[in-house]
Amino acid sequence: MAEPSTQPEPAGNYEIIIEPSKGWLRINWREMWEYRDLLSILIRRDFLAKYKQTVLGPIWFVLQPLLTALVMSIAFNKIGGIDTDGIPSLIFNLCALLSWSYFSQNITTGAATFTANSHLFGKVYFPRLVVPAAAAISNLFALGLQLVVFLAFFAWYAATGSNVHIGFSALLAIPLFVITGIFSLGISLLLAASTAKYRDLAHLTPVLLQLWMFASPVFYPMKKITENHTFGWLAWANPMAAVVEATRDVLLKGGQMSPELPAMLCASTLAAVLALVLGVIAFNRAERTVVDSV
Amino acid sequence: MTAINANRPIVEIENVSKRYRVGTLGPTSLAEAFRAMLPGRKQPAVPNDFGVRNGDIPGTFWSLRDVNFSVQRGEIVGLIGKNGAGKSTLLKLISRITEPTKGRITLRGRIASLLEVGTGFHPELTGRENIFLNGAILGMKRWEIQAKFDEIVEFAEVGSFLDTPVKRYSSGMFVRLAFAVAAHLEPEILLIDEVLAVGDAGFQQKCLGKMGEVASEGGRTIFFVSHNLTAIRALCTRAVLIEDGTAKLSGSPEEVITQYLAATAPTNDGEAGRVVYKTDRHSTDELLLTSLTLRNSRNEICAIFDANEPIHIELRYRVTEPLRGARMLMSLYTTEGDLVLTMTDHELHKPTLERGEYCTRFVVPGGLLNRRAYSFCASSDAPGIRYLVSGGKHLPFSIVGAGNHLSQFPERWPGTVCPRVTTTVELNP
Repeated sequence: MAEPSTQPEPAGNYEIIIEPSKGWLRINWREMWEYRDLLSILIRRDFLAKYKQTVLGPIWFVLQPLLTALVMSIAFNKIGGIDTDGIPSLIFNLCALLSWSYFSQNITTGAATFTANSHLFGKVYFPRLVVPAAAAISNLFALGLQLVVFLAFFAWYAATGSNVHIGFSALLAIPLFVITGIFSLGISLLLAASTAKYRDLAHLTPVLLQLWMFASPVFYPMKKITENHTFGWLAWANPMAAVVEATRDVLLKGGQMSPELPAMLCASTLAAVLALVLGVIAFNRAERTVVDSV
Repeated sequence: MTAINANRPIVEIENVSKRYRVGTLGPTSLAEAFRAMLPGRKQPAVPNDFGVRNGDIPGTFWSLRDVNFSVQRGEIVGLIGKNGAGKSTLLKLISRITEPTKGRITLRGRIASLLEVGTGFHPELTGRENIFLNGAILGMKRWEIQAKFDEIVEFAEVGSFLDTPVKRYSSGMFVRLAFAVAAHLEPEILLIDEVLAVGDAGFQQKCLGKMGEVASEGGRTIFFVSHNLTAIRALCTRAVLIEDGTAKLSGSPEEVITQYLAATAPTNDGEAGRVVYKTDRHSTDELLLTSLTLRNSRNEICAIFDANEPIHIELRYRVTEPLRGARMLMSLYTTEGDLVLTMTDHELHKPTLERGEYCTRFVVPGGLLNRRAYSFCASSDAPGIRYLVSGGKHLPFSIVGAGNHLSQFPERWPGTVCPRVTTTVELNP
């Protein structure tokens, strides 16, 4: 057994002052750092608990987007006749679903932070922000698994001579996933804070996500939006639109982008950072007394 | 800094108050929020400033009011008081689960709370995984948990089940594991609320022993909330009596417990078996309690009943404005403050109580209560809407006589109630 005495003692002489808090942004970064072990354990828990409960285990992380891609390519592209730039529709959808699934997973888990953990939050203190942050990170595992499936399909399509290309530009997918993570964490924190106050928002979240998915170029190319006279503005108004389109450009088209896409991506990045800042502020305001009302 | 802090109280509680909302005041759904925005439907907002006096905003109440005390390093403080007096709220504030409405608490040390054992245990994870998860939630570092891991496992006596998901644990094993993690936390301040109510007697003894050991060896400070006055007397170096949201008395456990029992035990002030309420304290705009009377079968006002005699309770009150959805509640407590039962007249009331004088009568049947001292406390609420009024003062009474326990020996019979039980004995059945 290890000797505890040789370990560094944590600073024992600090003062914690508990009083009604004022001000907008009072985040104790030092404390967040002290709870980093909790963060890593929660990440593990989220992942383990999710697959231990099911028969097929981690297969679900893969099966769900795969089935969605299949259903949508039949509905949108085969029956609906939407053209996918000469790319086979299944891989076209599967690719866009990489960033979209990660986005919607984060929102679904993050928005329920206060309601799903009310028992825990009512019993013990720790920085509440650890919980949605851990969820956003553990959802990366699902993204990783999905990526493996995507690459398998990609290999098959490339081998059979389909119009798909990949290159070093594929590495740009990493910053795209980071933007997705930041943006979805921000939105989910805003939703968590509002759901704590207005419980009925919990019913709105899935509907909102579905509408958002159809408003984003997941199952159709971006140009369907930009060329549309009525809804062209959606391409700029929806930060996820550029991210989803760009994911496809870097993973399927070898990095070719439409000329306005880089500018759109900059706007998306700004929106993501703004959403995160607002989300953290709202979440911190809500967390102080949320146990009194939830 | 070290030198300064070592001599200062480890916990300082200064003018701490906590206000809670009751019922459904304020919007809790978007629909309500929109409705509240319509002109002429303004909801009374709960302001954040503290220029408000006690009692103040409708639909709120002060769970704690101006609590002041400080605790030195190494003290084991027992918090005692009736249910709803504010003990648990105080622990919630100290453990940072919620913020005080005003005042300030200063903690000079690492704190861990044990408000409910098994906090954050995940049923799907194994015992081993849960030790790390629970430890981290309670604020331990990974290396601390690793260093104490064997000790925790040994203390919890779960040995061979370590790699089994805790959902397959018996409730006893679950509690033991949870307590074991918390007991090895080594915080400078430990908060414990009613943990000892769970687990078998042997394990309770072990927990009490561990608490004593933790406190004496580590010089750690412990806050202990319990209705178990024996445990408080045995373990604590100091007791604080919380009553009506304030710290009424602080001193040696013996002194405070004696005072507490005296305050709740039957006394001869006023008329035995009857409380006449002071109207200013026990009223709202619509309702005021006037009196509470106990009578025996001969219709005499009385505070001493035979165990087999029914108790007739008469609660008189006045409704001054039509009152929707109100009901009267009558709670029966033991002198230790444990709730025995609650009665209500809810079904007998019309949806709206018209103006007038009312009298609600309850009859507690004979052959139910044990031979000991109890008290009644009246209150009223509109369920789901708001809390209306509390009778505050308890009306004490005693049960005497042979009782129904069928013991031949004239002993003090244990238990909060002692109903008539059908008992048969057969030889060689």
